[in-house]
Amino acid sequence: MTDRKYALEMKEISKEFPGVKALDGVTLQVRPGTVHALMGENGAGKSTLMKCLFGIYKPDGGEIFLHGQKAEINNSSDALGLGVSMIHQELHPVPFRNVMENIWLGRFPLMGWGPFKLVDHKKMYRNTEELFKQLDIDISPDTLVGKLSVSKIQSIEIAKAVSFRSQIIVMDEPTSSLTSVEVEHLFRIINDLKKRGVAIIYISHKMEEILRISDDVTIMRDGKKIGTWPAAEMTTDLIISKMVGRDLTQRFPDRHNVPTGVIMKVDNLTSSQQKSFKNISFELRKGEILGIGGLVGAQRTELVEALFGLRDIQTGSISIHGKEVRIKSPGDAKRHGLALLTEERRTTGIFPVLSVHENAAIANMDRYVRPYLLIDDRRKKEEANNMVGKLRTKTPSPKTLIMNLSGGNQQKVLLARWLLTEPEILLLDEPTRGIDVGAKYEIYSIIADLAQQGKSIIMISSEMPELLGMSDRVMVMSEGRLTGILEGDQASEEEVMRLAAQH
Amino acid sequence: METKKIQNFVTQNAIYIVLAVLVIGIAVYDPNFIGINTLRDILIQSSTRVIIALGVAFILITGGTDLSAGRMVGLTAVISASMLQVEDYPRRFFPDLPHLPLLVPVLIAIIVGLLFGLINGIIVSKFKVPPFIATLGTMVAIYGINSLYFDTEPNQSQPIGGLREDFTNLGSGSIGSGQYSFPFIVLIAIAVCFIVWVMFNKTRLGKNMYAIGGNEQAAKVSGINVTKYLILIYSIAGALYGLAGVLEAARTGGATNNYGNMYELDAIAACVVGGVSTTGGIGTVPGVMAGVLIFTVINYGLTFVGVGPYWQQIIKGAIIVAAVAFDMRKYASKK
Repeated sequence: MTDRKYALEMKEISKEFPGVKALDGVTLQVRPGTVHALMGENGAGKSTLMKCLFGIYKPDGGEIFLHGQKAEINNSSDALGLGVSMIHQELHPVPFRNVMENIWLGRFPLMGWGPFKLVDHKKMYRNTEELFKQLDIDISPDTLVGKLSVSKIQSIEIAKAVSFRSQIIVMDEPTSSLTSVEVEHLFRIINDLKKRGVAIIYISHKMEEILRISDDVTIMRDGKKIGTWPAAEMTTDLIISKMVGRDLTQRFPDRHNVPTGVIMKVDNLTSSQQKSFKNISFELRKGEILGIGGLVGAQRTELVEALFGLRDIQTGSISIHGKEVRIKSPGDAKRHGLALLTEERRTTGIFPVLSVHENAAIANMDRYVRPYLLIDDRRKKEEANNMVGKLRTKTPSPKTLIMNLSGGNQQKVLLARWLLTEPEILLLDEPTRGIDVGAKYEIYSIIADLAQQGKSIIMISSEMPELLGMSDRVMVMSEGRLTGILEGDQASEEEVMRLAAQH
Repeated sequence: METKKIQNFVTQNAIYIVLAVLVIGIAVYDPNFIGINTLRDILIQSSTRVIIALGVAFILITGGTDLSAGRMVGLTAVISASMLQVEDYPRRFFPDLPHLPLLVPVLIAIIVGLLFGLINGIIVSKFKVPPFIATLGTMVAIYGINSLYFDTEPNQSQPIGGLREDFTNLGSGSIGSGQYSFPFIVLIAIAVCFIVWVMFNKTRLGKNMYAIGGNEQAAKVSGINVTKYLILIYSIAGALYGLAGVLEAARTGGATNNYGNMYELDAIAACVVGGVSTTGGIGTVPGVMAGVLIFTVINYGLTFVGVGPYWQQIIKGAIIVAAVAFDMRKYASKK
């Protein structure tokens, strides 16, 4: 019936959600002992396909075969029982429990008889130690997970997936919060798993990674499979063009902004937290895009949040237009012409159940309050809708709830929110994170336009091409310290990496 | 470094320190407070409360809440009392009921509690009704059911009295006699605490409970049947309220449909003061025990030294808010 040479075969999988055909007859064949990259823009259906495999969604049509055997997967425990495990994109730790309980959750080793079985803590501890030794992970099994860094939690999730001794492991964006050293470590683990015949389905947006570690590449677009190719035949441009469905001649727009005089001066800024940023000094010019590069943990977010009054400063000063300012709260920051687009759009950006125009207007309510305290609703709607339209946001109506928009369009609404406050300085923290390739270009165009209009922009980015392609100057941080500021023409990937890794 | 250690110790053990300070404070004011009799009274008064609080703790730790606890205590108190009256009592609830073995009505009451807990669990986990609303509904409905039962012929809403001695003995009897006697009810409460402690810390059920409250999605994708465990946990809580209802009737020697009114709020207060997080995932049995004791000590101790009941309410309210404010500091991410 079906080929035994595949570890996993998903045949003609279809899944429909109200109004959307999320998967349209998608077939995926994964060979044992290989890394199979699954690529596509956000919304292409990768995660939906994997959720069908893991029993989180029930497909409307199609069949799943594991090693040639037809498989019925109705929930996560079926999938785990059949040797399919998954590292989820959103991390899933239980914060107030320790490492080993997180790893063996759902299958604790037990001792005792009948209904009076107790959890065997000693065995669980030993098993965890063995597992970590095998994977070269250095974390004590009884540490509280809430006390670990994101990248350590990521490695625990990886260990957990390995511990199921699965023959198929799905990794959904496993490196999104890892440092480059940890990525190397993950790749060693992946190679080891490959040698043991494990098939790995690898979802990532990072082309360099995909081309380095995968054997096969399957590309999806709009719920359909475009094709599967050997990774050796693929290039970054080829993958992007197949993902987007058109040739991408240009990843970044031309910029015509001309930086002029200094608008903001940051002098010797030090956080009140011991492990955060220290002695940061830099100048920002009018009409300039200043990129901030660095690894996870470089304290870049903490720095811009401090500029915006969200974090306490111990020493140092900030001057805007040559006058020292005290920014104690986001309200102060707004008054001084600052705006902050936060890193986590979903948790600190959007109000999911409010409409698009309410989301856009929310930071600017002060201006719509009339003397007798009621809101000038018409003006609010008009201005919000204008701005949202100006940024070419695709939304069925301004009344649509923002949670129903794609990531890129949500981001445009958030940009509209801050542009309504007429800021002079925009702090953009990973402005294109989780946004697909097509929408990224539009966000870049907006940023370039703003700079041309004379707005000053500080942009944190962990994507090297974006950082280099969009910035007039690149400031690099490492472990809370500023390790260098590169002029546009000196900035290269190697130079940024060197500064980012400097201790 | 030393001061940091001390600070840490204080934060981690605040609840026990508060308890100790309270006891010492009251004792300094009136040294007569320290004594075997005081201790026994406080323990007896804490016994049913701790059983209810542990039931509520189960649910709070899963990230839920239970407003129906008090009404379940009332219902099960009435049910057990109605079947355990002496045969020559003039106004029996069931005039022709033969002498039942003590265990039968007790088990019936516990099972009734368990069944209503089961209903709560199904409403919450299957129909996805937020626990606050689900148990608000059952709280109101259970009072109705209890009142209907209480109002049947020939009882017609008369307080149930004339309880059998073997039954009231559960609540007021003790092992040994005189000063060093040990009340049964305290013994039962201690046994329940121990069993619940084992469940929380040593069983799969307990671990899954913490996991569900800490991160339900994580529990789901780890292959835990969250629905099943939630139903199980609500049922266990219901059974504990059932036991508490039985003991409450036994301790007071009677029952009416108003028994247990607002006990759920006392239980929730004791839990949060004892360090159980209302957002789920955190809580310990010793913490809940200390939380219950603090409130009993306030009640008993402040009455002992002559503080009026209205002042006691104000002090209790302040302690609830202060305890949680203090607790938030422990977990709040520092900016």
